Amino acid sequence: MPARLLAPLAFAVLSCAAVAAQAQEVVRIAYIDPLSGPFANVGDGGLKHFQFMADELNRRNAVPGMKFEIVAFDNKVSPQETLNILKQVADRGIRYVTQGNGSSVALALSDAVQKHNERNPGREILYMNYAAVDPDLTNSKCHYFHFRFDANSDMKMEALTTELAKDRRIRKVYLINQNYSFGQAVSRAAKADLKRKRPDIEIVGDDLHPLGQVKDFAPYVAKIKASGADTVITGNWGNDMSLLVKAAKEAGLNVNFYTYYAGFAGVATAVGEAGVDRMKQITDWHTNVPSKELERVNAEFKKKYNLDWWFLRVHTQMNMLAEAIKRAQSADPVKVARQLSGMKYATEFGEVEMRAADHQLIQPLYISTFVRSAARGGPKEVRYDVENTGYAFKTDVRIEPYVSAQPTSCQMKAPGN
Amino acid sequence: MEFLVIQTLNGLSYGLLLFLLSAGLTLIFSMMGVLNFAHASFYMVGAYFGYQFTRWLGFWPALVVAPLAVGVIGMLVERYGLRRVHRHGHVAELLFTFGLAYLVDEAVHLVWGRAAVEYAVPPALDGPLFTVFGSSFPAYRGFMAAVAITMLAAIYLGLTRTRVGLVIQAALTHPQTVEALGHNVPRVFMLTFGGGSALAALAGAVGGPAFVTDPGMAAAIGPIVFVIVVVGGMGSLAGAFLASLLIGLLQTFSVALDWSLGGLLGPLGVAAAEGTLLAEVLNLTLAQAAPMLPYLIMVLMLVVRPRGLLGTRTT
Repeated sequence: MPARLLAPLAFAVLSCAAVAAQAQEVVRIAYIDPLSGPFANVGDGGLKHFQFMADELNRRNAVPGMKFEIVAFDNKVSPQETLNILKQVADRGIRYVTQGNGSSVALALSDAVQKHNERNPGREILYMNYAAVDPDLTNSKCHYFHFRFDANSDMKMEALTTELAKDRRIRKVYLINQNYSFGQAVSRAAKADLKRKRPDIEIVGDDLHPLGQVKDFAPYVAKIKASGADTVITGNWGNDMSLLVKAAKEAGLNVNFYTYYAGFAGVATAVGEAGVDRMKQITDWHTNVPSKELERVNAEFKKKYNLDWWFLRVHTQMNMLAEAIKRAQSADPVKVARQLSGMKYATEFGEVEMRAADHQLIQPLYISTFVRSAARGGPKEVRYDVENTGYAFKTDVRIEPYVSAQPTSCQMKAPGN
Repeated sequence: MEFLVIQTLNGLSYGLLLFLLSAGLTLIFSMMGVLNFAHASFYMVGAYFGYQFTRWLGFWPALVVAPLAVGVIGMLVERYGLRRVHRHGHVAELLFTFGLAYLVDEAVHLVWGRAAVEYAVPPALDGPLFTVFGSSFPAYRGFMAAVAITMLAAIYLGLTRTRVGLVIQAALTHPQTVEALGHNVPRVFMLTFGGGSALAALAGAVGGPAFVTDPGMAAAIGPIVFVIVVVGGMGSLAGAFLASLLIGLLQTFSVALDWSLGGLLGPLGVAAAEGTLLAEVLNLTLAQAAPMLPYLIMVLMLVVRPRGLLGTRTT
């Protein structure tokens, strides 16, 4: 009887389809960062990092039966815009968000995610912060569903000032930062740390300028010059950083730059020879830290997008997420968060830990100096240049995790407790 | 002293660029009574055209071709757009230019994308022009100032010494009479609009490499240009010149001055407690308030002297 045969057959086909559908379970991650406006280049670079990692995990079949997909949203570095996007994200059933540019945005997003999760049990959203480094996010404003994969601003400043303090030639320091939560945090930490480590250093300037609005830094540079500073500390990023060094170069400003973001988004191109031996950065990694895996990633990434790999933490973050999903045997953010919290993960640069107390990744950091690459007569271990400029970063010192780790005031509550 | 000289030079070169931009706007306003909201968009298009033509033809030809191309676009906009809405009155014209600004924004997004383009200073001008007290002044800034001054002279001579200039001046105040004398006033309008747009585009083509060529540049500079036109006096070219330099210097110097109300009151023994709202206001430095100052001046000017520095119209 065909009909009698058909039913089991149909059942078999359907269940096969169901298995196939299960095999196709998609973990969607909303990427919320500027894709237009003054910081479009930064947001676009970040997006490419994430897309590369998603492709990589999918190709490797990192979590059997699951695929990763990045869904990009443009928030124009606006907190308001971001909150609207989070509503869309929730409506579309996306359970993971990642964001990095602008701590003002991160604070708003983190707060909204927390409220959403309290009000919508069973539909929780997990927020992976890959670059917003305001210390508050893992202190007074911390919560269970926010995970930070970058070292926070205080950790970086602690390391940076320790290195700066060793240079006895430095007498006068000028601080220039963007006028919002992160820039203010950098300025605050720099003043406190220097007072503690080198009370003889004079802070000759402390400027806060509007975020992303300044197109001409010449007046600021003239001011730095007039102050007699020998060193500038800045947390500026994106155009605010590249235009600052461009103006400094044009005016012949001869100072050391201690920075957070000199290796990314056009800064090397803007500064060129003028930055050699004078510009330093503190990062979680740079292309000349020897690593088999990251050298491969950098090469493939460069081939695909003509960009240098910059965010080691995107690599770490996506791998840790995949690992957590595998351990949880589910892509449910609540179960995944339980795995991520306190998770230790071995990288080529040592073991990193997502500290359970505040969900701050504790990881080694590197301070590096801008030099000519090996191809242009620089030190021979400096093999990879930045933005095809012939200039590159060379490690001065590696900061062990326990050195930069800071105590936290975070008191978070795991759901259900 | 070094600081004063360098900062003055920076302020002047920026002010002169602002003048290039506002000259066209104020000409158009005085002639046609149209506040052209799309003026800053022509500036942006000028920068993008400059970038594009630089890639095709090189920097110097681009500097000529880009403003001319935008001038032609401006004339077409006047001939087939503005002139048609003109009969519906000023509100319609305002709305038209407002909408045009949005259209241009989107067009730029579509053609050149949302990120900044690499419109670089040409190698010949990349370097210091001269050094004062150990600070170098970039050659490109000097070039920017030179272009603006040349254009200023050209406009002035063109308006006062040529036949066309005289007709334009006459058409400013007595369009009917000029028309009765047999001059084609609508064509004069079209030329003025095209010329104003070309000036804005020249400012863009010159300013693009000095600053950033991105789709946000029109929105960033648009309000400042209006401030200049209002402060200088609607329709007054000399007023626009004065106001441009004033705003240019003001913006440059205010950035560098850490004066605050608190600092002023400090010697008098007045101080607000740390962390209070009052302390925040008192400790706000001039440098931090710099982006706000031009607007403050505009508001003050409108209150005290509504016709602006050198304006003649009172309406």
